[in-house]
Amino acid sequence: MRTRSATLATLLAAGIALAPATAMAAPTPTPSPGATTVTKAGTSFLSATPVAAGQPVRVGASTGEYLYWSFPAAAGETHEVNATVSLAKNRSGRSTWTVEVFDGLRRRQACTAGAQTPTADASASTVAIGCTLRRVRSWAEPWSADPLPGTYYVRLAVVNVPETDLGLPIDVDLLISTTGDADTSPDDGRLEAPLVPPANAGTVLDAVPTAAPEDEDDDGWRLNLTGWLPEAGSRWIWTTAGGVLAAVAGVVGFALTRRRSTR
Amino acid sequence: MRPEYLSSLDIATLRPVINKRWLSAVLLGLLAATALAGPAPASADEKAEPVSEPPRVQLVLDVSGSMRATDIDGRSRISVAQQAFGEVVDALPDETQLGIRVLGATYKGKDKQQGCLDTQQIVPVGPVDRDQAKAAVATLRPTGFTPVGLALREAAKDLGTGTTARRIVLITDGEDTCAPPDPCQVARELAAKGTTLVVDTLGLAPDDKVRRQLLCIAAATGGTYTAATSADDLTDRLKQLVDRARDTYTTTPAKVDGTDVCKGAPLLAPGVYTDRETFSEHRWYRVPVRAGQELRASVSVALDRPINPDHGVLLRATASDGRELVRGVDAGSGRTDVVSAGLRWSANEDGDDAERDEDATPTPSASATPAVTTVCLVVSNMFSPQAGTERNPGMPVELTVDVVAASPAPDGPDLGRGWVLLLLLTLAGLVTGLVTGLLTRWWVATWREN
Repeated sequence: MRTRSATLATLLAAGIALAPATAMAAPTPTPSPGATTVTKAGTSFLSATPVAAGQPVRVGASTGEYLYWSFPAAAGETHEVNATVSLAKNRSGRSTWTVEVFDGLRRRQACTAGAQTPTADASASTVAIGCTLRRVRSWAEPWSADPLPGTYYVRLAVVNVPETDLGLPIDVDLLISTTGDADTSPDDGRLEAPLVPPANAGTVLDAVPTAAPEDEDDDGWRLNLTGWLPEAGSRWIWTTAGGVLAAVAGVVGFALTRRRSTR
Repeated sequence: MRPEYLSSLDIATLRPVINKRWLSAVLLGLLAATALAGPAPASADEKAEPVSEPPRVQLVLDVSGSMRATDIDGRSRISVAQQAFGEVVDALPDETQLGIRVLGATYKGKDKQQGCLDTQQIVPVGPVDRDQAKAAVATLRPTGFTPVGLALREAAKDLGTGTTARRIVLITDGEDTCAPPDPCQVARELAAKGTTLVVDTLGLAPDDKVRRQLLCIAAATGGTYTAATSADDLTDRLKQLVDRARDTYTTTPAKVDGTDVCKGAPLLAPGVYTDRETFSEHRWYRVPVRAGQELRASVSVALDRPINPDHGVLLRATASDGRELVRGVDAGSGRTDVVSAGLRWSANEDGDDAERDEDATPTPSASATPAVTTVCLVVSNMFSPQAGTERNPGMPVELTVDVVAASPAPDGPDLGRGWVLLLLLTLAGLVTGLVTGLLTRWWVATWREN
């Protein structure tokens, strides 16, 4: 009983600590200590440079270039992308910058907060871009566009710029930070394979392949196992524990009344 | 009395031990579950396939008469370029094969016809002899015309064909004085050929015409354009481009030709494909999906030529009878490199429907193996050409297809309602009550005895 109440207390404390943590982490994302700075950027989805959350990116580029990075995301996490572009001197006009985030299926992801497409005046020396993503779900229907675990792509580019300013040098600082824990309930469903796109060159098949019987056997075996053993932390275990507690409490109450009456 | 007291104490001390074990087991299980649910850490590690070909880069340098101009940090353009080349050659990664081609380097005459054939490869693409390469660059003197289109074509030939991507870095200060061939159209044709080719352009103190031409060449091949205004800029950028060639050359998609109807469209296994699609064209592909599997597809269509500002891409998955299963769509306005859309479709959710449809319109392959559903994918674009925009070759399409295990919908929570829940609670309560009652009776009995 003591251990249970202790875990309950820690869970509660963690929950309380988590709520302000997500709010506080937003304004000042800092690189994680000891992370090596990435000095590269890809130029397409396929060549996107992989970075981890908390790993700072600093790369020189040209105005008009499309810069791609990719980062892994797990269920329960909320990611935030922050970038600062140091602009070239002697530009001729205003420029609008954007950071766009796509999931592993190259589907556009919405930003819930942050200046996603800021405009810099001709005199501005830097422009700050930000995007906070939605919380990554552990499962979603195939037809939905909810954020799921897997690879995410960040594309930074200028979307509106005078043609004469194209090609001028810029410096990009980028940091992807993550908040929230990856603790999700198994009852919420689980994505069998994260949205990590294949990178190998495909092969064109000659004929429709026949269904492999081994796979079906595998499925059956796994189903049997999961069918018999309720997963840890599932509602079944909680409910059963609740029933046990209820019964114990009932008996204790009953015993108390008995003792009092016999005195 | 004493032994009984001890035994009850034993039970009392045992229970927390069991509790702790149970809890730790639950915690371990939770940890395992989260570890399983987490995604693979990074996709880049999986990209690394054993590739036999080394990265291949060709630097194409303009040595036309205008390179004599002294307007970069007070130095002549050619000397800045020569210094940058020297540093790049010094810092070249060992595995990278570098070649150098020049244009307008030898013909001193005024005959345009002859001057526009003036392009030579001074360092062949291969393992680099650093001293020899630097010496070859150092002797260059600005001379003739600017046949950019021809030089690009020759550079692509120098790099040869193969499965990995090739990169050309074009450094020039003046526009092509020899069109036709128009260098931008040449670049688009080269990119549409079998071998993946990217042209990065560097303009030395460029004017409007040069910038427009270099931007067009870069956009046509998915390359970049940089205006080099100082020697350091040029050197850093060249090094970055050569590094990039090494980092990204292995990730090349397979070429496929989509058809205009689903029937007979190419059957795709998981992987990345590339195709071309022109304005208002539809490209069909087929993907076999077994029951219990999930189809994932994404498509990117590149804007490699000037088009009107508003654009969109639609990727649809249909059953073999044309009924739509799911669609992915994205649209935008303004400057962008690619427009992408993606979709997921799971075979088991709709399995009965799909099979019934195939029975109604039997295709020979599908009726033989009803467990396999052939899903048709169709890519269409909503781009509109500007006046004078070339329609052919079509815009580059990059299609990614993956087939993975389906993720079944989680069961709704059983708490709060349902006869199963009531039965479970009653049974648990009954068992616990019985055990406690028996223990109490036994305790009362022993207490009475003493």
